[in-house]
Amino acid sequence: MSASPTSDETTAVAENGEVLVSVRNLKKHFPIMKGVFKRQVGAVRAVDGVSFDIYRGETLGLVGESGSGKSTAGRVILQLDPVTEGHVTFRDVDLTETKGEKLRALRPQMQMIFQDPHASLNPRMTVGSIIGEPLQEHNQAKGKERKQRIEELLSLVGLEPKHANRYPHEFSGGQRQRIGIARALALNPDFIVCDEPIAALDVSIQAQVVNLMENLQDVLGLTYLFISHDLSMVRHIADRVAVMYLGKIMELAEVEALYNRPSHPYTQALLSAVPVPDPEVEATRTRVILEGDIPSPANPPPGCPFNTRCPMAQERCVAEVPAFRELDSGHWVACHFAEEAREKVKGIV
Amino acid sequence: MATTRERTEETTGLDQRAEEKHRSLWGDVWRQFRRHKGAMVGLVLLAVIVFGSYFGPWFWPKDPFAIDTSLANLPPSVESPFGTDNLGRDVLARVMVGGRISLSVGITAMLLSVFIGTAIGILAGYFKWLDGWLMRFTDLFLALPILPLLLVIIMLFRDTLRAQFGPELGIFLLVVFVIGITSWMQTARIVRGEVLSVKEEEFVLAANSIGTRKRNVIFRHVLPNVLSPVMVAAALGVAVAIITESALSFLGLGFPSDFPTWGRLVTDAKDTINITPARVIWPGMMISLTVISVNFIGDGLRDALDPRLRSR
Repeated sequence: MSASPTSDETTAVAENGEVLVSVRNLKKHFPIMKGVFKRQVGAVRAVDGVSFDIYRGETLGLVGESGSGKSTAGRVILQLDPVTEGHVTFRDVDLTETKGEKLRALRPQMQMIFQDPHASLNPRMTVGSIIGEPLQEHNQAKGKERKQRIEELLSLVGLEPKHANRYPHEFSGGQRQRIGIARALALNPDFIVCDEPIAALDVSIQAQVVNLMENLQDVLGLTYLFISHDLSMVRHIADRVAVMYLGKIMELAEVEALYNRPSHPYTQALLSAVPVPDPEVEATRTRVILEGDIPSPANPPPGCPFNTRCPMAQERCVAEVPAFRELDSGHWVACHFAEEAREKVKGIV
Repeated sequence: MATTRERTEETTGLDQRAEEKHRSLWGDVWRQFRRHKGAMVGLVLLAVIVFGSYFGPWFWPKDPFAIDTSLANLPPSVESPFGTDNLGRDVLARVMVGGRISLSVGITAMLLSVFIGTAIGILAGYFKWLDGWLMRFTDLFLALPILPLLLVIIMLFRDTLRAQFGPELGIFLLVVFVIGITSWMQTARIVRGEVLSVKEEEFVLAANSIGTRKRNVIFRHVLPNVLSPVMVAAALGVAVAIITESALSFLGLGFPSDFPTWGRLVTDAKDTINITPARVIWPGMMISLTVISVNFIGDGLRDALDPRLRSR
């Protein structure tokens, strides 16, 4: 894969680098209210105890199927939704303890790129004012200087300065996503949460946008949390990958380790669903086919959240929540039988 | 939508020429509005009525207050195309002057009601803790029997306000205020609903992630995106206000009788309807035409402002 030559360099960065964002036991539960008096009868456990570190300059991929809580995790990390429990530390500042003006002052350092480029731009504002809004809100660059910065940002993301006076509806999906990226970059952030930034784009445009993001990362030294359900794209862009299922992280490893030696049955099932662009290999491959759907996060199964669909599930999986343990250096798995799972891997990937 | 996007892709791909004529949002709205025949007819009609009311007296310089009983109860003629009333005053001149008051009341009361409605709607929609209180307050106003309430308020405060501001301005303020505070509820409900959906849009989330202050989120992102239903409500509000004012005047509680409004003219004429039916018909027709044209304009605005309808 194209990612392999670069992965050695970036791995080194990840191992030696400083931790930029540290997430500890993060939980986000949405209460379910019922009845006349709106009593809480339960909670949707969208994110249910997630811990990981993001190193400066790396791209951490966060993958999982729909409803696994990846997008919620991204929003909660940026404090766009209040945290139910746990801590997010950004550069020694505990964001979950920071409120109001103090949090606002930190916002320029962490930004977000959104999934739907049609919904994430205000249709009543010109592109110039959309990109200029962060500058205006944080009193950076006034008048002529701001105009210049907006033009600079536009050319940085491959648009033309004259586009500043146009409205979002005059652009195509890929161009709009570039506008969203320019807005995220306006305040020179260090950390960007990319919430499925390419899911709503045509495949031909996806590559352009991803390459743009990679270039910007090299030039500006950005750190990404790249949320996606596109496993091939994550393999291409990410340095490390975390796999989420039902609000929990199932496996976290460096990208090649995860794709070559997946040690959680869920990761294996996900990877086996990615088609191989070689008919002969594809024909001989055994595929893990999961039965049923992802359980409701309002009523997760006891023990390991994956036990209802896991091909390897045993009694222990229902009785006991598996610990998130380090299998090899930097390769974390939440499975009682990770060693056995890894043995089976050869037939699958 | 689809066609707009295709067109824009063309223009972005083209040369400098295309850059000059990029389409502004309101340009699109106007283009669509022009295609709505009813709305255009309404707009022309309303323009004629407004022009006639404000500038008509220049072309028809008869004194609407000049009493000459020798000319009483004349049918329409070249001398006075709408006829004369029981005191010999020229009805055309009175309808023109009456239109000024009716339209001013309609527009001012609409502005007041739209302002209150939008403010309450936005607060209720955006701040969850205010929602329950404000919406129950709105329900309270909706449950009030409006006409009896209007009568009571006017009976109570008419004399005080007249003493304060003079008979004309006093009653004008009272009527506008009374109509304004009793007709904002629909706007508030519509705006609240729109705000509830707009505030979940990703661009509002994006604004929050930038660290945009709440005040700016409301004025920059939420308000402009709920403006279309507000404008439709405003157009229809003019019609409602004119009708309410007419009803009040007809009941004898609006403007004094020496002060013509369209509603007042109908009241004054109703006693002689057997002799000079035209006196009732002219102001009545003006009310209907204004309301119809305003409703058509509201219709056209709604279609033009809805991007889903725009491509048709």
